[in-house]
Amino acid sequence: MTTDNGIEVRGLVRAFKGGIRAVDGIDLDVRPGEIYGFLGPNGAGKSTTVHVLTTLLPPTAGTARVAGFDVATDGPAVRRRIGAALQEAALDAFLTGREHFDLQGGLHGLSRADRAARADELLARVGLTEAADRKVGGYSGGMKRRLDLALALVHRPTILFLDEPTTGLDPQSRSALWEEVGRLAADDGVTVFLTTQYLEEADVLADRVGIIDRGKLVAEGTPEALKGEIGVSTVEATPADPGRRDDAAAVLSRFGEPAAASPKGVAVRLAGGAEALAEIVRALDAADVVVSHLDLHQPSLDDVFLAKTGRSLEGAGAAADADPDAEAVPA
Amino acid sequence: MNELLTEIGLLSRRSVRRTLRQPALIVPTIVFPLFLLAVNASGLDSATKIPGFPTASYLDFAITVPFMQGALFASTTAGTEIANDIETGFLNRLQLTPLRGAAILIGQMAGAVLLALIGAVIYLAVGLLAGVTIAAGVGGALLLLVLAVIVAIAFASIGALLATRTGSSQAVQGMFPLIFVLFFLSSMSMPRNLIGVDWFRTVATWNPISYLVEGLRSLVITGWDGPALAKGFGAALAITVLAGAAASASLRTRMART
Repeated sequence: MTTDNGIEVRGLVRAFKGGIRAVDGIDLDVRPGEIYGFLGPNGAGKSTTVHVLTTLLPPTAGTARVAGFDVATDGPAVRRRIGAALQEAALDAFLTGREHFDLQGGLHGLSRADRAARADELLARVGLTEAADRKVGGYSGGMKRRLDLALALVHRPTILFLDEPTTGLDPQSRSALWEEVGRLAADDGVTVFLTTQYLEEADVLADRVGIIDRGKLVAEGTPEALKGEIGVSTVEATPADPGRRDDAAAVLSRFGEPAAASPKGVAVRLAGGAEALAEIVRALDAADVVVSHLDLHQPSLDDVFLAKTGRSLEGAGAAADADPDAEAVPA
Repeated sequence: MNELLTEIGLLSRRSVRRTLRQPALIVPTIVFPLFLLAVNASGLDSATKIPGFPTASYLDFAITVPFMQGALFASTTAGTEIANDIETGFLNRLQLTPLRGAAILIGQMAGAVLLALIGAVIYLAVGLLAGVTIAAGVGGALLLLVLAVIVAIAFASIGALLATRTGSSQAVQGMFPLIFVLFFLSSMSMPRNLIGVDWFRTVATWNPISYLVEGLRSLVITGWDGPALAKGFGAALAITVLAGAAASASLRTRMART
């Protein structure tokens, strides 16, 4: 389904010296206008994939078409249509925000008048009008990311690549950036390919999520579908009297299969969905079991990751002995 | 061609802005060579008493040294700036535009070369105030500045080569003392015909830096010396072409974009 602003990847491999396959046979499609979240731990191969899709690294094997052009053979055509805010948010500390637009817009072939107008428009859009003539060295982390995002849009790309756009940002800056990315896709029809190691980011922002681990795509779908696939909600009850733990377990067993719980609690996977919660409360009451805590756990993308890889997403990166992403940047 | 010039213009402007906004880069380039000149001129004046020394004023002899040092600073500045862009990922930002590699190399040198020119004008002005006479006259003084800038471009090309090869600003700065040693193994401190030690004289004769120094020096001490100028300009241009071509090749490898 090659379309004007979609991405189509087939059997993509990128190997580095020593044979590390940072990207190891990935197939994926990003539809025009959608926000695709590429979720995985550090070193999973996210940045390497972005570097290949943005033509900064040639693929070792497989094909990738971005905006209808092959990244390996039509690099210039791809680059004209994409914008990218890469992980480093590499900005020049000695230039002002506006001077960045002048440089980047100029290199993209915009006339002087056009890039001045574009700078005003985009700086306003990301809320940096007042800081426009200050040197970037004095910007906060959030301001830098917003400038980076705005710069990626200077030549009106139809596909935007964002490599971990909110890593290291405080929650406020993070949600401001999410809003802006959401607006770009909704209002301007920009296709967004976004990598993240934050579950919440993928969940909130992405229309569809691809989960990558050790260079392979282990799951793909809408966040709801992915969670629905493995997931059923679990409910956990902690009796006020620890001696009544078995009674609580007996009541809960009527609502689903037992699940892992905290030492003092009992948990079951709900067979009938979260609607059963009211019935559980009534049943516990009828059995005269007083509970101190009753928790409903919705499945998260971390549960999906756990189900697919046997590890939890948080901390999975630390377990990886090699960090192919670090080598992906041709430094 | 037009687009290439536009790209060079844009990157040169960035490079010049960056350089002029970093006093830590400018001040040492200006002050350090003058400081060394003052020390040398006062301490080594008795060298002029050596039979056959080409001038009675050691200051006239030594004034070319700051131009060389200024050029060496230009080398480090240009190299560090390019390596920095590689390290920070700014090169990736540039690579995502239609930019050509040649524009990066040429544009990135602009700041360093401007810095070398500012330095050269100041060294010359300070030299003249301190009593240096330029044997080749006003025209010779202008040519001295031209040659100094070309020498700076030659060294900046070496800096660019180191940067594109290693991608590390530390590696670039690490080369600084090594090149400085080459300075002392040239005719910088003593005319070649007066170097008494055979191996030293041989090394100095093979060392292209000698010809850069002697080209500059000829304008101050001798006047219009065609062969010395030809060797000086020739050596500077040869270094520029060789280092520039090698830097361009390794930048192409580094810019692996498709």
